[in-house]
Amino acid sequence: MIQAFAFYLFTAIMLFSAVSVIFARNPVHSVLWLILAFFNAAGLMVLIGAEFIAMLLVIVYVGAVAVLFLFVVMMLDIDFSEMRAGFIKNAPLGLLIAAVLLAELGLGLGVWHSGALQLGVASGAAATPEGLSNTAAIGALLYTRYLFLFEAAGIILLVAMIGAIVLTHRQRSDTRGQNVGRQIARRPEEATINVKPAVGQGVTL
Amino acid sequence: MIPFFQWTGLSFEASWIVATVAEILLIALPVMLAVALVIYADRKIWAAMALRKGPNVVGPIGILQSFADGLKVFLQETIIPSAANKGLFLIAPIITFTVALMAWAVIPFNSGAVLADINVGLLYVLAISSLGVYGVVIAGWSSNSKYPFFSAMRASAQMISYEVSIGFILICVVLWAGSFNLNEIVKAQKDHVWIINGFVANPLLFPVWVMFLISGMAETARAPFDLTEAESELVAGYQTEYSSMAFALYWLGEYANVLLMCALNATLFWGGWLPPLDIPVLYLVPGLVWLLLKILFFFFIFSWVKATVPRYRYDQLMRLGWKIFLPLSLFFVFAISGYLMATGHFA
Repeated sequence: MIQAFAFYLFTAIMLFSAVSVIFARNPVHSVLWLILAFFNAAGLMVLIGAEFIAMLLVIVYVGAVAVLFLFVVMMLDIDFSEMRAGFIKNAPLGLLIAAVLLAELGLGLGVWHSGALQLGVASGAAATPEGLSNTAAIGALLYTRYLFLFEAAGIILLVAMIGAIVLTHRQRSDTRGQNVGRQIARRPEEATINVKPAVGQGVTL
Repeated sequence: MIPFFQWTGLSFEASWIVATVAEILLIALPVMLAVALVIYADRKIWAAMALRKGPNVVGPIGILQSFADGLKVFLQETIIPSAANKGLFLIAPIITFTVALMAWAVIPFNSGAVLADINVGLLYVLAISSLGVYGVVIAGWSSNSKYPFFSAMRASAQMISYEVSIGFILICVVLWAGSFNLNEIVKAQKDHVWIINGFVANPLLFPVWVMFLISGMAETARAPFDLTEAESELVAGYQTEYSSMAFALYWLGEYANVLLMCALNATLFWGGWLPPLDIPVLYLVPGLVWLLLKILFFFFIFSWVKATVPRYRYDQLMRLGWKIFLPLSLFFVFAISGYLMATGHFA
């Protein structure tokens, strides 16, 4: 009873916020609705017993990706009339992408129902082995059966990260960076001298 | 607590709901009371280190000061700037306050005395603490004012930076304990080194704990990392436009977060509800008392640092997070997993 209530609650909020992402007039509101949708998706993951995936969804998408989204969107100075002007022009492309996504979703669902993929069982029961938390189950699968794919994904991400850093990094010659090591290594004896001038004589600098 | 409510004649579902609400109140209300007293303690410690008296008027030795402040703030008018985004402006402090309380659900107060004994407890804490930034960012943006906006920018960059190294630090603990469940992590610390209960006595984990303590200060935006509310540059940061209860909610949320960080320090590295030494006599004292003593000890460290260390510059803060803590914590993940592999810990 409680599970069914939670399921319908999460689903309703998720669908509503997903629609609001599109219909919100302000881009910042869109991102905030998107975060709510992520959060409710995580709730659904908890309901089917995939708590590890749920927590990762919150940590990665809500905690990092969406914050960066918000960071960028908040700093943009967006002209709303200009944004609406492009709507008719871009609508066919958007509809095409939506149709492709829908077809892929339908295809995936069909394959899953026919049982050709060993992702779980068509009844929707979790595939986690008995007596194993799903963190351990995912780990065991990732590091044995899918080891090479997993490592390859890691290397691709590493290359992408280094590429992004190299592309955006620029050496500026007009700024003076702080060398903390040198500052700490500096001793008072090297930097200052102690002179004892006679009264009324002063020092020459 | 569910059997008790079932005994009173409720059905399982009804007693589950009543028991959960009762347990939430049993944690949230003492945390709120603790926050009020800890704000007073913070001011007293700070004053003592500056050779002042601190709050000493309201109640005996000023102990009711926080309650008087709360009453004052409660009676003030809530001012909403006309250019602000009203809905978000009011939601932001509620998010901060709620998120600060939510993470307490997985903190074990004694063996088995935990509201939500979930498998992925530590990941839950990480997930919830990553939500904390939204209260600040939304406040900064919805205020529609320069200084709060700068503060929100700083907060989002700062919290993401330190979460990365906190993630690696937590992995070190999880590797050694073999579980994400906080109760299991506490149990794994029993007799860790000789008769000392706690990962902190371990030479490989001690530097990790030091990094966690410092990252915790940065994550909760406590001095010396309180750049989000640096009064010399940003007025009061993201709180500038807030008044009355909305302002008080930030105040409460902030200190609840600090207490949570102290509780995490105690639970992950100092043995949580276990006594410091594994001597039978010490087990006569309830686990809750040990945990509270450890939390107060860490809160004293937080206050001490606040009173003595000057504020970091922003680029130095980023340097510390990305160039020192990140490589160092990554190194310790490798070192610790290597050591555990070599000694057959995973077998």
